[in-house]
Amino acid sequence: MAENIIEMRHITKRFGTLVANEDVNLNVEKGEVHALLGENGAGKSTLMNCLYGMYDTYEGEIIFDGKPVVIDDPKHAIALGIGMVHQHFMLIPVLTVIENVVLGLKDNKQVLDLKGAAARFTELGKKYNMEIDPWAKVEQLSVGQQQRVEILKALYRDARLLILDEPTAVLTPGEIDGLFDIMTALKNEGRTVIFISHKLNEIMRICDRCTVLRLGRVEATVRIDEVKDRNHLAALMVGRDVQLITDKAPCQLCGVQLEVENLTALSDMGLPAVQDMSFDIQGGEILGICGVDGNGQSELVQCITGLRKPTSGTIRIGGQDTTGASAREVLKKNVSHIPEDRHKFGMIGPMNIEENFILVSYKENLYSKKGLLNWNWIGKHSDELVKDYNVKTPNAKEEAKNLSGGNQQKMVVGRELDRSPRLLVAVHPSRGLDIGATKYIQSQIVRQRDNGTAVMMVSTELDELMELSDRILVMYEGQNMGILIQQEATREKLGALMAGIRDGDED
Amino acid sequence: MIDFITNFLSADIRTATPLLLAALGLVFSERAGIVNIGTEGIMLTGALLGCMGSAAFGSSAVGALYAMAGGAICGVIFAFFTVTLRANQIVVGTAFNIFALGFTTTLNRLSLNGAKAVGFPTYPVPLLSKIPILGEVLFNWSLPVYIAFLLVPACWFVLYKTNTGLKVRGVGEHPKASDTLGINVFRIRYGVLIFSGIMTGLAGAFVSMGQLSQFIENMVAGKGFMAVAVCVFGNYSPVSVMLAALLFGGADALKYRLLTTSIGGYYQFLNMLPYFITIVALCLFAKRSNKPASSGVAYRKE
Repeated sequence: MAENIIEMRHITKRFGTLVANEDVNLNVEKGEVHALLGENGAGKSTLMNCLYGMYDTYEGEIIFDGKPVVIDDPKHAIALGIGMVHQHFMLIPVLTVIENVVLGLKDNKQVLDLKGAAARFTELGKKYNMEIDPWAKVEQLSVGQQQRVEILKALYRDARLLILDEPTAVLTPGEIDGLFDIMTALKNEGRTVIFISHKLNEIMRICDRCTVLRLGRVEATVRIDEVKDRNHLAALMVGRDVQLITDKAPCQLCGVQLEVENLTALSDMGLPAVQDMSFDIQGGEILGICGVDGNGQSELVQCITGLRKPTSGTIRIGGQDTTGASAREVLKKNVSHIPEDRHKFGMIGPMNIEENFILVSYKENLYSKKGLLNWNWIGKHSDELVKDYNVKTPNAKEEAKNLSGGNQQKMVVGRELDRSPRLLVAVHPSRGLDIGATKYIQSQIVRQRDNGTAVMMVSTELDELMELSDRILVMYEGQNMGILIQQEATREKLGALMAGIRDGDED
Repeated sequence: MIDFITNFLSADIRTATPLLLAALGLVFSERAGIVNIGTEGIMLTGALLGCMGSAAFGSSAVGALYAMAGGAICGVIFAFFTVTLRANQIVVGTAFNIFALGFTTTLNRLSLNGAKAVGFPTYPVPLLSKIPILGEVLFNWSLPVYIAFLLVPACWFVLYKTNTGLKVRGVGEHPKASDTLGINVFRIRYGVLIFSGIMTGLAGAFVSMGQLSQFIENMVAGKGFMAVAVCVFGNYSPVSVMLAALLFGGADALKYRLLTTSIGGYYQFLNMLPYFITIVALCLFAKRSNKPASSGVAYRKE
């Protein structure tokens, strides 16, 4: 039996009255890739933040390399040889790569030797096959490159234990392969990797052992080669059997609802974001929009929903021209929008659930009379929605910010679908949600499609797109790379298109 | 004409000096993410303490030390409120200004009451000060002026080439990222506020002891605010800050030159000139900015 590099014993971490981790025991062996699997809010990141010294108070003890240690500041963790790549990168965009790498190093001389550091950094990059220009500014790098900077930053500090917090969420399939190669290389030279994820197939592919967290507690630690099927892991994670596939009937098309013709739009920076895109969506089908984040999906959605003025092209909803229309005009055409950032655009945190439910429809009959809101009816209707859409809350008077991420999303989805839209624009509908909530929201979207709604679904999750979409449009640098029907959309084909490679382009 | 130019340039450097001293301090505190609008009050405090020290010991050096020590204490207090207690920086800064105005006025009436202090003596640089025009304009000054301009390259070097400078920039842009690298965000922010307090205190001493050698109530008259504007207009970078200070100082100098000419009758307009130029300059160059991403936001460790 291999030695443990880290043992976390009886770790309990509270935030106020909320218990994020309760009596967690985690043993990680030297030289393994150890997965932390769990739904959102299961306490994976919290546990790792404890280990990295992000919190100064928690209960329990940590044994590192056989010796009890106190880690209440990241500098202790770094000194022990623990490195962490956070889910939201801890990089400073306006500084150069090398400045980010040496920032805070203990053995820095007062006058910095950036050239020397850059040489060492480049060598390190060559060794692991992640070459990055040390003099580039971080903000000029792609997300995948930034992640490599983060990994190299930890290796530069000679991390023996590397924690990767949901590293694959932002990567293309090709980049994920690259990341897994790096993880394997690290393992081969005796380093240990803790890999946080809620994607079962990735864990099955790369990890040696897996610890499953649920509701802040450890459910089990299993050897991956002893796991018979992934449904078993999923069941451990959610505490019950889950159907991993959403059932879907063949689609019944009922007329074009959205037409986009030669649409071109600029980003906030004034750069071309959407370039000459054309497509249409019929009632009763789901068109998935696939692509790496930042390839113009957000701007496309904003043009359609009236939040951004296109520079040229036309948009027709239900046959009527809505190019350049305001958001309210678009909503009046019976369009629902599940926005990409529910905190920013989908809800108002300090308002309660009832108030959030009526944000769009407050002017309509039943909701209000002569400018006065009809709270009686609103209250009753909100209770129904809370029940129908399975929002877990004491009651509909609860402030929206107090709900968990999944329940906030259910609330937004409930409000948007309650209007029985002709067109539903859903952006990352399951981003950051656990399996249970994801499946629920996906089934609601499918139900909407079966009722004849045209659905445009933007996502970066290939599994979700391949499972739900009737057709998949791939966007790359603002362009329509092609539309595949569900049956012919394979991971490889989509991955190539997402990276900007069309059939026949390959050498 | 030559006299006019010499006088104008000398007056420019004289008025630019306190702006530059304070703004160089502000470059560090702003870069670390602190907006210190209380600079005005700290400068006023420095002006009074400088005179008091100088009058009591008959030495401008002691006066300067008093002013800098007072500035450092102000920096610590400001840091306690905004960094430790995470109070709103603008509110605390405004409170500083109101407090300083009352505090210096009262203390002045109780002690100095307009008494003369020893001003900063002039040290002409040997030989160089004999060069026509240039010698008079550049090499015939008191110590704070030389210090201010020599600190420009020094501050540039510290900010961009040293470990400390990198930490300061890191903390202002992304305190949490800096924290994950083991940097103590609170210590850095206390440090820059103390440094900035010292610089502002010295700037205040120069305001009262540079020419008049006497404290007058509210004699800073907006120079602290202008130093903040200089720091922003100079894009938080020492060399540009120096140019900005010279531009704003020039506007002030121009005002005094013009008062003696035929348009001197419109003196209200001329009084407005430096402030007017400040606003126009800030509007014109508002976009290109090294403004730190976490400017004005207190850091909370979980």
